[in-house]
Amino acid sequence: MNIRILNYKIPVSVFAISVFILACNKTIVDRTTLYQSLAPVNIDINADLWKPVLITDPGVFNMPAPDPLTSPAYLNDLNEIKGSQSNLTNEQKSMIKYWSAGAVLRWNEILRELVAKHNLPPYQSIDGTYPAPSSANPFSYPQFPFSNPPYAARAYAYVSAAQYDALIAAYHFKKLYSRSAPYINDLNIKPLIPKSALPSYPSEDAVVAGATVEILKLLFPTEIANIEQKAAEEMFSRILSGANVRGELTVGQLLGAQVADVFIARARTDRAGKAAGTPAIWAHLQDNATAGGDQPWISLESPKRPPMLPLFGKVIPFLFDTLTVTALRPGPPNLTSSSAFKKELTEVLYYSKNATRENQAIVEFWADGAGTYTPPGHWNAIAAEEFVKQNYSEVRWARNLALLNMAEMDAAIVCWDTKYFYFNQRPSQADPNIKTLTGVPNFPSYASGHSNFSGAAAAILTHLLPDRGTKFTDMANQAAISRLYGAIHYRSDCAAGLIVGDKVGQFAIKRAMSDGAGN
Amino acid sequence: MIKTIYLLFGRSSICCILFSGLFLQKITAQTESDALMIPKDYFCAGGMFTHSNWKDYWEGTFKRDNGNIGNLTKNTYAFVANYGIADKLNLLISVPYVTTKSSAGTLKGQKGVQDLSLALKCLAFQTELGKSILSAFAIATGSVPLSDYEPDFLPMSIGLHSKSAAIRGLVNYQSGGLFIAGAGQYIRHGNITIDRDSYYTTRLIYSNAVNIPDVTNFIFSSGYRSRRFNAEAIMMQSNTLGGFDIRKNDMPFPGNKMNFKTAGVLFKYSFDSRTGLELTAGGNYVLSGRNVGQATTFFGSLLYIFDFSKRISKSSN
Repeated sequence: MNIRILNYKIPVSVFAISVFILACNKTIVDRTTLYQSLAPVNIDINADLWKPVLITDPGVFNMPAPDPLTSPAYLNDLNEIKGSQSNLTNEQKSMIKYWSAGAVLRWNEILRELVAKHNLPPYQSIDGTYPAPSSANPFSYPQFPFSNPPYAARAYAYVSAAQYDALIAAYHFKKLYSRSAPYINDLNIKPLIPKSALPSYPSEDAVVAGATVEILKLLFPTEIANIEQKAAEEMFSRILSGANVRGELTVGQLLGAQVADVFIARARTDRAGKAAGTPAIWAHLQDNATAGGDQPWISLESPKRPPMLPLFGKVIPFLFDTLTVTALRPGPPNLTSSSAFKKELTEVLYYSKNATRENQAIVEFWADGAGTYTPPGHWNAIAAEEFVKQNYSEVRWARNLALLNMAEMDAAIVCWDTKYFYFNQRPSQADPNIKTLTGVPNFPSYASGHSNFSGAAAAILTHLLPDRGTKFTDMANQAAISRLYGAIHYRSDCAAGLIVGDKVGQFAIKRAMSDGAGN
Repeated sequence: MIKTIYLLFGRSSICCILFSGLFLQKITAQTESDALMIPKDYFCAGGMFTHSNWKDYWEGTFKRDNGNIGNLTKNTYAFVANYGIADKLNLLISVPYVTTKSSAGTLKGQKGVQDLSLALKCLAFQTELGKSILSAFAIATGSVPLSDYEPDFLPMSIGLHSKSAAIRGLVNYQSGGLFIAGAGQYIRHGNITIDRDSYYTTRLIYSNAVNIPDVTNFIFSSGYRSRRFNAEAIMMQSNTLGGFDIRKNDMPFPGNKMNFKTAGVLFKYSFDSRTGLELTAGGNYVLSGRNVGQATTFFGSLLYIFDFSKRISKSSN
């Protein structure tokens, strides 16, 4: 047998180079993990006097007086903290760090994740029809909900507004009972988060968690176990960090849940439950458009999918009444037969045929389609990253997100009212040569949802953070035009959406200027 | 001994197995996956066309078709070349241009120059066992995207836009005209950057960087090989190490787990035993998969082999 080792130096060096390359680090850094502990510049001690969204008198909620500082119950609670702090695990330390960035922020992130997880259109049945998610039977396919943009906008609004009202109620009791933090009452307790001068009974973290968990039970019923787990971790992290005793957390969660009940009662009767419509209603919408002399919208999906939430325009808004929804509806889109329509259609075809890589990047950045947190979620992400820099108190975080998200929900309502009032066709329906750079949403074209959401978000965010100049407006303009670049909207859809969205945003600004929070 | 080595070196080895038309698969001429080398200062170059098509695909393990895609077609036009640095060391290059198109739905087909692939193939070991030859090869491959194409638009994207480095070991046993070969490869993928700054995998991640999982594959092939003709059957199993499943009715994503098993054939014919034209044709079919399309692929190439060793020796004289 004749064995020859050939050129051993080459394979050895090839192997060495390969190992070096293969060893490169592939860790992905999620930027939300880098947030520092929240240390509010201003604790907003008078937030109990701010104007709530739904609740009227915080005093009506059941809130027992705290145990005296010398009571065995309180001393036991303090001992629990000291015991827990005596041997912290690394996992516990990272839990403290995670939640210390802020309860409102973290629950907003959790909600965005839930939206992305459940934002999937149902797969068709064998007969080519589509099964609808059912809140009565949430675990069977398709799971409830399908958190599409209107559903998501409403979810963000209810959660944020309930958190805000719950914190106002919490501030009422904080001031009433004025109990200081555990690390002030017992110097053996180390504060592992920034100290706060805010009274700690009830815990603001617990109030936020209590309100959020209760609302999410309604909105994401398949996630209850997951959500309860997160809330339990948050509560435990407050004990571990020395920020709250157990008693402050328990009553806080109860208070939050009571406030949430007020919002849940509203949600059950806000008409969102009937937004899917019926086959008769879908047919009627088509007849309406035909009667108006226009080519009606037809689903471009195969098999044809019923339109997304055609009656969402009837949902009761937060910032204005239903008559205002109609009043905000923009004038009609260009009729198919008009020369203006043909001109716009030609422009869409142009962007389809001449898609630059830059345009494609803009389309992808703003696409926010299936499997994402939707455009309102994107604006929550944008807002949150700015708010982190502001070091807001929890209550100001909640108030500002509530303003944003009530504007987003109301923008969805006005936009959906417009879409189904006119029921006009997408560019690719009018000209099948128009190929798109992102999926065509399954609802009428006019006006663009992205543009409505972005117009509203930019208005309120610019009001809240005037030093950002035109940053949010520029982003909104880009989000709007991305839909033309993607060849799924006419230019006029985007323009009208931005204008109406801005008008909705003005209602949020008006509220912000009169809610007692300043700016 | 000289005679048997000559048989091994007798033909070029440019274009063997192509796996294309999956959601992600790079069109890399897997030139490194056979037991053929060209001698020092031989140069082989040519063009290769690959056509792949699928209608069914897997979301996780759920097999389906999609009325909004219809048939997804991927065509690849590649320049391929192989240079004999030494008798036992070859450098292989491939530059593909890729187009995609769907027969239904509105999504716009994509096109562009995809990834440059470079491979160093080394005959590391060889021994005679009676009248047979047992040989082993080490192959190092690197690939890098040549254009700024969009990876986050699957299944229309032309590739994943990931840099990669791979090592492969190949063992070939040849007895007379018959051979069997087995190979294993580990492909390290670099992370990619997408145009979004958050995305959902099994959780929401706030970053524009996406982890592309590493891949292993195993090839088994067997057939007949002479100086001018090669016919073989090839099985391949490719596994993604990590990655996640496409959820029901979600879009595919570059970070998905993408596993597949293919069966295929490959034929080569040379008009002359040492230099000149060489034709390759073949195809393969995805037998089973996960988060990939069930592609049927056909390919053909036309190559020309030059012998520069004579010219070099003449000019040096």
